[in-house]
Amino acid sequence: MIWETVIGLETHVELSTKTKIFCACTTEFGGAPNTHCCPVCMGMPGALPVLNEKVVEYAVKAGLALGCDITRSSKFDRKNYFYPDLPKAYQISQLYLPIARNGAVSISLEGGGCKTIRIHELHMEEDAGKLVHDPWLDQTRCDYNRCGVPLIEIVTEPDFRSGEEVIAYLEKLRSVLQYLGVSDCKMQEGSLRCDVNLSVRPVGSAELGTRTEMKNLNSFKAIARSIEYEAKRQIELLEEGGRVVQETRRWDENKDATFAMRSKENAQDYRYFPEPDLLPLEIGEDDLERLRREQPELAEARMARYQADWGLPVYDTQMLTSQKALAEFFESVVALGAPPKQAANWIMGEVLRRLSADGLEAGDMALTPGTLARLIELVQTGTLNRNTAVRVFDAVFSDDGDVDAYVKAHGLEQVADAGLVGGAVERVLAANAKSVQDFRAGKEKAFGFLVGQVMRELKGQASPQVVHQTLREKLEQL
Amino acid sequence: MELLEYTALELGGLIQKGEVTPTQAARAALDRVAAEQDRNNAFIICLDEEQVLAQANHVEKRLAAGERLSPLAGVPMALKDNICTKGVPTTCASRILGDFTPPYDATAAERLKAAGGVLLGKLNMDEFAMGSTSETSYYGPTRNPWDLDRVPGGSSGGSAAAVAAGECWYAVGSDTGGSIRQPASYCGVTGLKPTYGAVSRYGLVAYASSLDQMGPLARSAADCAAVLELMAGKDRRDGTSLDAGWDGLTAGLNGDLRGLRVGLPADCFGDGLDGEVRSAVLSAAEVLKDRGAVVETFSFPMMKYVVPAYYIIAAAEASSNLSRFDGVKYGWRAEGYEGLTDLYEATRTQGFGAEVKRRILLGTFVLSAGYYDAYYKKALQVKALIKGAYDRAFEYYDLLLTPVAPTTAPRLGDSLGDPLRMYLSDIYTVPLNLAGLPGLSMPCGFDRKGLPIGAQLIGPALGEAKVLGAAHAFQLDTDYHRQSPTGKEASVQ
Repeated sequence: MIWETVIGLETHVELSTKTKIFCACTTEFGGAPNTHCCPVCMGMPGALPVLNEKVVEYAVKAGLALGCDITRSSKFDRKNYFYPDLPKAYQISQLYLPIARNGAVSISLEGGGCKTIRIHELHMEEDAGKLVHDPWLDQTRCDYNRCGVPLIEIVTEPDFRSGEEVIAYLEKLRSVLQYLGVSDCKMQEGSLRCDVNLSVRPVGSAELGTRTEMKNLNSFKAIARSIEYEAKRQIELLEEGGRVVQETRRWDENKDATFAMRSKENAQDYRYFPEPDLLPLEIGEDDLERLRREQPELAEARMARYQADWGLPVYDTQMLTSQKALAEFFESVVALGAPPKQAANWIMGEVLRRLSADGLEAGDMALTPGTLARLIELVQTGTLNRNTAVRVFDAVFSDDGDVDAYVKAHGLEQVADAGLVGGAVERVLAANAKSVQDFRAGKEKAFGFLVGQVMRELKGQASPQVVHQTLREKLEQL
Repeated sequence: MELLEYTALELGGLIQKGEVTPTQAARAALDRVAAEQDRNNAFIICLDEEQVLAQANHVEKRLAAGERLSPLAGVPMALKDNICTKGVPTTCASRILGDFTPPYDATAAERLKAAGGVLLGKLNMDEFAMGSTSETSYYGPTRNPWDLDRVPGGSSGGSAAAVAAGECWYAVGSDTGGSIRQPASYCGVTGLKPTYGAVSRYGLVAYASSLDQMGPLARSAADCAAVLELMAGKDRRDGTSLDAGWDGLTAGLNGDLRGLRVGLPADCFGDGLDGEVRSAVLSAAEVLKDRGAVVETFSFPMMKYVVPAYYIIAAAEASSNLSRFDGVKYGWRAEGYEGLTDLYEATRTQGFGAEVKRRILLGTFVLSAGYYDAYYKKALQVKALIKGAYDRAFEYYDLLLTPVAPTTAPRLGDSLGDPLRMYLSDIYTVPLNLAGLPGLSMPCGFDRKGLPIGAQLIGPALGEAKVLGAAHAFQLDTDYHRQSPTGKEASVQ
């Protein structure tokens, strides 16, 4: 039998507001345990939540960018369960009236073409704290710093048919949220986490199979491999005549396998009910209109603009817009006068090479657009040749050094002086009579050799155009 | 006249004039608390003399420096023990919060402190404000100063008893289904539950968040107005607090009731109401009439739904609000547990009393999968219907007048054995919480046993001025509110 894998995704994204969703504590990652806390996020008696309006704004922006209908009259609900990382013993979330619903995201498929993934809903909620186990003392300790960090949960319809589609969607989601500036989507810091709902069915079947849920996957690699494993497990089970049990499973990175955590029969009853401490949330037409107007240009629109305005190839535009910070860097370099294609080449070549080698994100780079623009200008005007310019780039990259000062201090200006070049050419011609003869006999290769000798004579700092031109003239005069 | 016989505003006035010092007032209160506490157990925490006198001294210095604090500056008061006080234990009358000292003040406590309030201590109550008798306190029951064998009502029983026994000039309680008004009625003091949102709930340990409201208990309606003015108003720490003007509430009490339309809901004067209570409340209506009010009876057929709807909503919210008391972060933790589930179970089993556990179970049940629609959702629909019924009544009437409770104070031990009967006795007070309306309990007579009877005035949302105005007018013509259980009758102003 040929099987089809059906996947739906629940993605939790931490929003990058400065303060928490219901209090004024900082959302900064890290920090000594329990230092980013107050009575509200620690669930002290009598403390009350007060909604951070920025969170609503960010959630609406995300909803709009994902093509959702915004719920004009929304509200919060309590999800009740006991766990030590949840100090109030309930999470404030949205069950009945989520802030956004019915969206759609288009993803590009490997073999070309596009596919639409439908968004069921997007809702706001608060994050829980972290439990830290101390194996030495055999104690579990609570760190409430993360309690109340704002999250949006984005729930798709079961529209994925492969791990590749899931990854393509997540990359798209990450790009959109980063372009909006609502999240940094750093998986390694847990600001983007995924629950995968997966079932299999015979190809052509209209009914969905029994699904399992894999929780808290925190890398693209873990997501891809857990999907591969779980689909295979379910197919083998069914082919052996077994049944899939609806349950939550845990992905074990080290064992490369999923393990049952709890079945549906043991599923918790969260006893949701409307949060009485927060008033219903009304979003006015004016605010919605303003947020619509303020939506920034996303990756796809920028790609189209780079192609139309600057004639850049599709490949270049994809690379440049892969990260918002990179695209903004590129546009700044162009705005400072660099020819777009030159700027693109430098960024796709040298900048990405160094970011990758140094393990940096584009947003964390010290190099400023002004520095790269100046370097490009020096090449354009013939002051530096391309190879020397790369040397200078590497020298100034990590501390945004002064290009002109470096060139001057190291005597790297190109030799374009006709007298100097002329002298060198004459010395080379005199010393290489054989090659001159070969050239005159029509061997073009000899010309290249002579150029190399002149460049060597000038320690590589000569302008190639000037060398070529002078050599041709002298050879013709001979 | 003894200091203790003045109202809070009268004492505040003497302090402003320099005729009495805050220290003298504090000493008088400390002496009275020392004499009464063993008898009525109104306090859970009595601050020691030094702590109280230091506050009085501080207020004295501020007044001497010319600071204009408030008409109640230097007047000793006390707070119900579910109101968080920085550095002073806040137990909610529960074992589970026995060692809890909040690092913050409730907004209301903070505002009273800034206005020159002198805190004497924290007042007894039913555990987590769940009860109508103040007998469910882990720290022992409070007794009614009018008859020590009787309950003071609840859950703000300590607040009402302390004011009645002259231990403080005013107290702040909380009212989720009648917890200010019913004990005020049983103890012969005046108690106001303001409009939902009038007073910030920040720092009030939540019982049922959508119904809880803090308010004053004092010796007169004018005192209640003065305390409310100090506490009320928008608070950025409570998103449900209202932005309404409260200044001038006390100054506006002029005794003029001419043309005021007062409705008596016939359904609140029928079966189950004690005859002596009925006639006392009806004679209160006559006093209002004599002052120019127009009093009419009308039909209000909502009453049979209010108690079930109230207990479903209150218990549901309570089951969620009280989940945070798990022995992990603060408060009391059971000993000898094995693992996390056992820690929760042992702590909550031993840490909560029977009535609290009953309501947590009830609330957990009505929110459970499959029952939500049948109970909780229906209760919310009833709530909306009740609110609608009041809205219609207030299109025609300025105020409504009802009894506060069907009877006067029962004996200790008579109520807890039959919780359902106890719940049903909340019938006249709970609908206001469901509708979010202001209600005031004022003394309007005594029964044959000499126990106080209360009448309830109900106003539209933010209609505190009307409610207090009518109560003040009533108190200009009567002296029930100036009676004291010590047998001495205070002079009528």
